[in-house]
Amino acid sequence: MATRPSPGRASGRRARDSLLAASFLAPAFAVFAVFAYYPLYRLVYLSLYRPNRNTFIGGSDEWIGGSNIIDSLTSSTFLRSLAVTAKFAVLTVPMGIILGVLLAVAADRKLRGIRIFQTIFSSTVASSVAVASVVFFTLLQPEAGLWRNVSWLSIKQPGSALVAISTTAVWQNAGLTFVIVLAALQALPSEVREAAELDGYGPVRRFFRITVPLISPALLFLAVVLVIHALQAYAQFEILKPTNDAQPLLYKIADPEGVETISSRAVYSLGLFVVSLIVSIAQFGLLERRVHYGE
Amino acid sequence: MASNPRSTRRAADLGWYVLLTVLSLVILFPIYTTFIRAISSPVPYLNSIKSGGGLTPVELDWGVFWRVIKEPGFYRAMLLSAGTSTIIVAAQLLTSVLAAYALVFIDFRGKKLAFALLVGTLLLPIEVTLIANIETVRDLSLFNSLVGLTAPFLAWGFGIFLLRQAFLGVPSELRDAAELDGYGHLRFLFRVAVPISRPIIGSFVLISFLAAWNQYVWPRFAADEESWQTIQVALRTFGQREVDQLNFGFAAAILSALPLVALLIIFQRQLIRGLTAGAVKG
Repeated sequence: MATRPSPGRASGRRARDSLLAASFLAPAFAVFAVFAYYPLYRLVYLSLYRPNRNTFIGGSDEWIGGSNIIDSLTSSTFLRSLAVTAKFAVLTVPMGIILGVLLAVAADRKLRGIRIFQTIFSSTVASSVAVASVVFFTLLQPEAGLWRNVSWLSIKQPGSALVAISTTAVWQNAGLTFVIVLAALQALPSEVREAAELDGYGPVRRFFRITVPLISPALLFLAVVLVIHALQAYAQFEILKPTNDAQPLLYKIADPEGVETISSRAVYSLGLFVVSLIVSIAQFGLLERRVHYGE
Repeated sequence: MASNPRSTRRAADLGWYVLLTVLSLVILFPIYTTFIRAISSPVPYLNSIKSGGGLTPVELDWGVFWRVIKEPGFYRAMLLSAGTSTIIVAAQLLTSVLAAYALVFIDFRGKKLAFALLVGTLLLPIEVTLIANIETVRDLSLFNSLVGLTAPFLAWGFGIFLLRQAFLGVPSELRDAAELDGYGHLRFLFRVAVPISRPIIGSFVLISFLAAWNQYVWPRFAADEESWQTIQVALRTFGQREVDQLNFGFAAAILSALPLVALLIIFQRQLIRGLTAGAVKG
């Protein structure tokens, strides 16, 4: 914010500004250094070296290198949990978006009492994954759940466990998907909303031809958020306890039963990082090219 | 008869009401069944569901809510969640305001890199860094502690992004005027930039609180003593009780979500603005 530039003063000011900027940025960077950047380094290290806990006796960490990475990435544990995670995403993301769009389209109109419906639809935003899991326990519990006789929603059958768990996630995400799609619909310029009624399109065609392309950035954003949610799914699986073959990647990373080695868990963590990275990069790529901007 | 536009309109409205009601029932159904499970005496309920019932309460046990509230395992966990969430929100707000201010209003070299490094941390969520962070917290003897439960969340890449957007929207005339009045950076930050960004800060606080209150994975593994369980982690153990106390967990789940439902209803607008930041308008 220099007003009168004189050379000596300007450089003094610049130094002072840099110092100020550094001190303003320092707290955030300090937290990230310890709990975000360092862990990334540490995960790479743990994938390559087996830590030697007997540091008093001496002896350094043991190089296990590439073989650990390859063994972990090709282990049935990793491949199966990755497949479960991918399947979980397939089961929850499209359904989540469809439900969100359905709720938002229904609630995007001027009707008496519409605010009540909007509040109900957004209510699951207040639910945590743990609460959602307890809530769905009343339906999915093998002994006393209301859906205990619905065979394709059984959490104790290998073929249906994941489908059953996905109902929890779809329900819990409904609030978020509804809120985002509704906001996108309401942000459409009124000319667009009115013009579509005049050009002779039926409501269904109008919706798919005009509305969907215009809200596609919001839908894409939602898809990415839901995929990331699916990649990070954990609590539902610990609380609802489906069959062992329906455990996702984060379950193997967190490893509540303590059956995995730290070296393979480190590789799994990096695997999760890389998959999330790919999803995010794909989002940017799609946003750049395909998705229609409604500006 | 149907050619009357008014009556067509009314019929269409009726159709929408029917759809809205059906959808509401779908969303509310699991909440309803949880409520039924909470207020029914557990053993009679199990008998009732075996004989085809289950949709209506049996042998009402309203006392369960009172028993939950009186249980130290419940209210301590709620207080711990409130404490950790408050610390996290306050710290995230402070670190984000300062960092975003530097990124927008102060000239320094390497600004783009700093921004990329800060927002890039969104790619390193706690799920990815979990095992390394657990190790760190153990090594620093922060296991089972307030610091351990909150430390990884004291700064937040998305929060910095959100406040940077807010600060970028501060009109340049205000900066010029503040400069003429001889405002330094600190005064400009607290007298102009922060007050003018109040709406976004409101949304920031809400979604930050929501995320902090609802988190599961980190508190689950950063503590192993019962007295250091946040409410989300405690909910799992509430389900593992004697048969005749099985409604306790359901009542606890309902009570644990009530504060958030209240916040949601009171601050609906701020919450929606926070959740949609980044979605609408790409």
